[in-house]
Amino acid sequence: MNDMTMPEQTTKAEADYKFTAKGVDVFYADNHAIKDVSVDINDKTVTAFIGPSGCGKSTFLRCLNRMNDTIDICRVTGDIRLDGEDINDPKVDPVQLRAKVGMVFQKPNPFPKSIYDNVAYGPRIHGLASGKAELDDIVEKSLRRAALWGEVKDRLDKPGTGLSGGQQQRLCIARAVATEPEVLLMDEPCSALDPIATAQVEELIDELRQNYSLVIVTHSMQQAARVSQKTAFFHLGELVEFGETADIFTNPEDSRTESYITGRIG
Amino acid sequence: MTEITASRQSLLLPDARTRSRNAAEKRFRVYGMIAIGLAVLALCVLLVSIVSNGAGAFQQTFITLDVAFPEDKLDKNGNRDPAEMAKVTTFGYAPLIKSAINARIQAEGIEIEGLKKPERMISKEAAAQLRNFVLSNPEVIGETRRFEVLASGRVDGYFKGRVTAESAKRDKNISPEHLVLADALKNAGALETRFNWKFVTWPDASENRPEASGLGVAILGSFYMMLVVLVLALPIGVAASIYLEEFAPKNRFTDLIEVNISNLAAVPSIVFGILGLAIFINFAGLPQSAPIVGGLVLTLMTLPRIIIPSRAALAAVPPSIREAALGVGASRMQTVFHHVLPLAAPGILTGLIIGLGQALGETAPLLLIGMVAFVREYPDAPPEGLFDPATALPVQIFNFTQRADPAFVERASGAIIVLLIFLLITNSVAIYLRRRFERRW
Ligand SMILES: Nc1ncnc2c1ncn2[C@@H]1O[C@H](COP(=O)(O)OP(=O)(O)OP(=O)(O)O)[C@@H](O)[C@H]1O
Ligand SMILES: [Mg+2]
Repeated sequence: MNDMTMPEQTTKAEADYKFTAKGVDVFYADNHAIKDVSVDINDKTVTAFIGPSGCGKSTFLRCLNRMNDTIDICRVTGDIRLDGEDINDPKVDPVQLRAKVGMVFQKPNPFPKSIYDNVAYGPRIHGLASGKAELDDIVEKSLRRAALWGEVKDRLDKPGTGLSGGQQQRLCIARAVATEPEVLLMDEPCSALDPIATAQVEELIDELRQNYSLVIVTHSMQQAARVSQKTAFFHLGELVEFGETADIFTNPEDSRTESYITGRIG
Repeated sequence: MTEITASRQSLLLPDARTRSRNAAEKRFRVYGMIAIGLAVLALCVLLVSIVSNGAGAFQQTFITLDVAFPEDKLDKNGNRDPAEMAKVTTFGYAPLIKSAINARIQAEGIEIEGLKKPERMISKEAAAQLRNFVLSNPEVIGETRRFEVLASGRVDGYFKGRVTAESAKRDKNISPEHLVLADALKNAGALETRFNWKFVTWPDASENRPEASGLGVAILGSFYMMLVVLVLALPIGVAASIYLEEFAPKNRFTDLIEVNISNLAAVPSIVFGILGLAIFINFAGLPQSAPIVGGLVLTLMTLPRIIIPSRAALAAVPPSIREAALGVGASRMQTVFHHVLPLAAPGILTGLIIGLGQALGETAPLLLIGMVAFVREYPDAPPEGLFDPATALPVQIFNFTQRADPAFVERASGAIIVLLIFLLITNSVAIYLRRRFERRW
């Protein structure tokens, strides 16, 4: 599985891929949650995962930064490479991987600490700021990018758990972008947001796309269509269709995709 | 078909279902209040009985005497050689007290028919007290000094209502005339019953001088043991629970450990005493009656009782917090120490304090490792003092209750009050710390 010569062998086309996943299977004990999924995720693009509830979008997303390691009963097989390097290699420290591949979770989960500390935590443990002023800058910039700065700039020392659900989700986004990851995985980042905040987060996604690779899980077809360049449709643990967003939405190849995006299954 | 009845039902009138539901709820609340009421009542009865029995232990009767220290009795050769002076035993000081009380009686002009041996009014401890004083201050020889000495347990009991003229008649240690004398001395201002710190600071005293017995050694011993328990059980217990809960793989082996810890928490404490006797004293050769051994035994007993609530507190931290920390690239250790542990700290603290409280009140295992001994010497300061003989508060209470003299009944209750005060203090500290931690959300 671990092929040391792999990086040099990558072809030009593959080099553009941030992530390449081949034949990934995930089991929760006996539950086969992801069935032989292969996806290539381009750099500097937004890839959307869509599909009905329980089809394994979150599960697959969590494979990309090895968050499934934390679930005892979860077993992941297959080949997932980040920049050509096998992320499941025993030599890979998941901590280093997660610093590169940030994540926003489906349920907002701010730390029970102050808003400031929530955002500053990542930069602190990774040593991204050399002083208080620099850290303040990072916090402000991250909160601005997450469209939260205006609402919290006067209460940075108040607990992050005291924010509304949508504000908490944006705080989690700020926390994730503060560590400057190369890839950002977002699991339904806008499900708790109002249209205005949603628009701001979509703007952020668009902006981040200039430098990063993004993967976003969403239940909103419009959002997938608006922000993503590539779309993957999952159904019952299988990757049914993967391609250009425009193609998927205008001209789906699989009938299940068509039914889903037109609202007939899900 | 229910539509019609539903539309007729007014919201202002509860229907039958609601009524029965409300009645059930009311009944449940009454049961709850009865339960709480009973508990509070029991607590009150307990506290009132202990306090009414034990408050007397903090009061003691003292007699003020002018004691002469004649040179011909205490230092025959007059050279103030400590070795020679030490040859005069406590017995040698008894006549001093005798003449001092007689002098006082005369000076006050008290005359009581049939009064014999007025020196029985005074505690046997007084002679030893005088001797120690003279040995450390030889310059008083040849002088007369005003002294406050302990009254005997019977005289003290008279002022606390334990001894009456009736009972004194049948008592070979005291006569009704002594009690008359006690009243006369009190009127003359030579006798006083007042608060007595010595009950807390003095060491235990022998069977026939209850008035001189105190809790000093027991409190020190208990304190030393708590020190040992805290220093060992806190880090080991918390580290073990963190490891088991956050890092250990879930397999047969860790399951086995888990079952064992739960079982250990249920093992009767006396078993730990036997274990301590076998391991620490017989095998490791540590001294008997030493706080270090007591502390080690109590640590063994307390560890599972700390680990179980600590693990519960760690497990109660929502997994989303761990995911959040791991998701921004924190290591597992950082996740645990920056996020999980602070959230679990209040629960861990509670477990720790409950464990310490149980250890503080534990008697049975200490009896087995010889902490029941009669110890009059204060242990040294730690760490050496941990190896000196000492007793512990609960054992001291047990000791007091074993003794014949009725004066020890009040001292046992007094010791219980002291123990309860210590428990109260530790619990208050725990509550304070918990609040501090909880304020950090
Ligand atoms: N921690 C877990 N333990 C056991 N089974 C799990 C766990 N998480 C997910 N599953 C199972 O894996 C399957 C896929 O779940 P997943 O959360 O990936 O779905 P999803 O596509 O993200 O759904 P949704 O849109 O509702 O978030 C489901 O059948 C679910 O029951
Ligand atoms: Mg999901």
